[in-house]
Amino acid sequence: MNTEILGIIVMFTLSILLAIPFGKYIAKVYGGEKTLLDPVLNPIEKIFYKISGINPQTEMNWKQQMIALLTINMVWFLLGMLILMTQGSLPLNPDKNPGMSADLAFNTVISFVVNCNLQHYSGETGLSYLGQFWLMFLQFVSAGTGMAAAVVVFRAFRDKSTTSLGNFYNYFVKSCTRILLPVSFVLAFILSFEGTPMTFEGKDSITTLQGDTVEVSRGPAAAFVPIKHVGTNGGGFFGVNSAHPFENPSYLSNMAEMIGQLIIPMAMVFAFGYFIRRRKLSWMIFGVMTAGFLMLAIPNINMEMNGNPAIAAMGIDDSLGAMEGKEIRLGAPASGFWSIVTTVISTGSVNSMHDSSMALSGMNELLAMMINSFYGGVGVGILNFFIFIILAVFISGLMVGRTPEFLGKKVETREMKIAMIIALLHPFLILVGTALAAALPQYTMATLNNPGFHGLSEMLYEYTSASANNGSGFEGLGDNTLWWNISTGFVLILSRFLPIIGPVAIAGLLAEKKFIPEGDGTLKTDTATFGLMVFAVIAIVAALAFFPVLALGPIAEYFSLY
Amino acid sequence: MKKHILSAIKLTVVMILFFTVIYPLAVWGVAQFAPNSGKGEIIEHNGKKYYSNIGQAFTDDKYFWSRPSAVDYNASGSGGSNKGPSNEKYLAEVQALIDTFLVHNPGIDKSEIPVDLVTASGSGLDPDFSVQAAKVQVKRIARIRNIDEAKLNQLIEEHTEKPLLGIFGPEKVNVLKLNIALDEISK
Repeated sequence: MNTEILGIIVMFTLSILLAIPFGKYIAKVYGGEKTLLDPVLNPIEKIFYKISGINPQTEMNWKQQMIALLTINMVWFLLGMLILMTQGSLPLNPDKNPGMSADLAFNTVISFVVNCNLQHYSGETGLSYLGQFWLMFLQFVSAGTGMAAAVVVFRAFRDKSTTSLGNFYNYFVKSCTRILLPVSFVLAFILSFEGTPMTFEGKDSITTLQGDTVEVSRGPAAAFVPIKHVGTNGGGFFGVNSAHPFENPSYLSNMAEMIGQLIIPMAMVFAFGYFIRRRKLSWMIFGVMTAGFLMLAIPNINMEMNGNPAIAAMGIDDSLGAMEGKEIRLGAPASGFWSIVTTVISTGSVNSMHDSSMALSGMNELLAMMINSFYGGVGVGILNFFIFIILAVFISGLMVGRTPEFLGKKVETREMKIAMIIALLHPFLILVGTALAAALPQYTMATLNNPGFHGLSEMLYEYTSASANNGSGFEGLGDNTLWWNISTGFVLILSRFLPIIGPVAIAGLLAEKKFIPEGDGTLKTDTATFGLMVFAVIAIVAALAFFPVLALGPIAEYFSLY
Repeated sequence: MKKHILSAIKLTVVMILFFTVIYPLAVWGVAQFAPNSGKGEIIEHNGKKYYSNIGQAFTDDKYFWSRPSAVDYNASGSGGSNKGPSNEKYLAEVQALIDTFLVHNPGIDKSEIPVDLVTASGSGLDPDFSVQAAKVQVKRIARIRNIDEAKLNQLIEEHTEKPLLGIFGPEKVNVLKLNIALDEISK
């Protein structure tokens, strides 16, 4: 069999095989059970709590959880603005990079606080090593924030009737120290030995074999790159992210980074099942997610392998596939596969330039972010999926004429209103943003890198990526302007915190309700039939909201090529 | 609320210490055992040093050309062309690259030119090209350097890096290593 396809199959299978036991581990961590790393991490966490005066055993209800979450995020935002704007005169700046402008710092900090990592700068010239370390810190804690929020939902369905849902700080710290850190460290180990630099020295100057003088950017990348994937953040150390030969030096590093980004989003699904003791439900969720993922990934692998018909028509040998914007050591199929992995889960790191993907590959990348719940980002993926479950429960309830119930709790008006608002917020932000950008060409026209349908796709991609908290881009877009920095900044805030608060609120409200034991008439949510129902809801919402704009962008481009 | 703010600030400070000082130092410690102590893999040749992972521009006819690059292989930055597949100006540029290649490589049919030689990589720093990209340049280099074609083909064979473990991923040739070896045999 083709070695490139075989590589992809092994990457994907290994991810699943590792995610199942890791899910069990995650459930144990949040359940407060004994785990392997206790002897090392218990004392460290104790120091954290002692210094900050937090008692991690204090029970909180869902509102207190959200206040704690928002407060600490606010602290990170303010501190981040300060650091990025003054980094030019702070230490660890061997390349003498300047501080950021206010609008760029605003966009960058928000983007990293919300786990999105749109990058309107290039790492080589836009950040000092101190700035990079600050962003690395945010990559840990923003991922921890999302996971902590997901655990609040886990708790709400484990206990029968309750208002106390555990302690935010406890979940948050454990996510960072016991889940994100160990996986990142293993990945850092692999990357250092594959050739990713880990040095505090600045740029090096070399004379090439042919006699040109060039500079080579380096830096402490081997510590930074792992958490970018493990926390599904996606913010690269260098400008081109994991396409850079230092950030992703080999096919092995590519496999490791791929597995590193898939493992926690997959494991969280299994952790949910172990935690609430309904493993069949995890398999229903995992099945729907995997079906959706494969329906996007397989066509992309195929289209990128087949190459650009307009270049094939020039009569050259295009058997390597669509190589514009791709690296030889990774190849077109693995790049096509990555383009979907990074967009279904909210990583947004890239190993090829999505702007140069085939037209319909670009559409699938967009769709992956528009749906944003096939695996999804760490923690938040399962929260997004939870909204679709609630919608499916409601619709199924109406179809059989019973009050909708989920896991023994009645789903009523208040919960439905919240679910509807959250489900519609995402298309609203994407479509209104893109429409405004298209209606105000004086701000956006000059920033496009490609004309025609593809130009519209560039703007659509930017808002979709912002709203999905993804962070990849059609990078041709000249996005470091006041318009893009500010407008996507606001989209980022809204699209992060509301979709966290919404599902947590629903779960909190359901947790307070009386538990109804399962009877003959209860809708079973852990079956394939219900899985199909959820899938249908996802497909219908996506098609109704996004088909028109996709027809104007990538689909129109496709027909212009063939 | 006030309690939350104070706790949040204090927790942030201690976590900054842990995640941006202790963790990177641990990784740095590991990297000291990695190739070239984590400063990037180096090849030394004739007293000069090169980064084996960072591609170099080879435009001279006596060398195997590397892939086109949107940043001219200047690794103080990185970047792709980001041109869309239907962009007409871009397609005209690709056509121009093909025409230039044919002018410099007489006797080559355009169906032999592999697509990686006329498309820019994502990073602009791609250190590799495909095996076919090397083979299609053999005729030109044999003529200019006055070396036997068979010898060049053997050189390419020796520098072809097989897929990972022989079964995962693509085959490739590191352009810099190939060109260094080329200089060696034509001394």
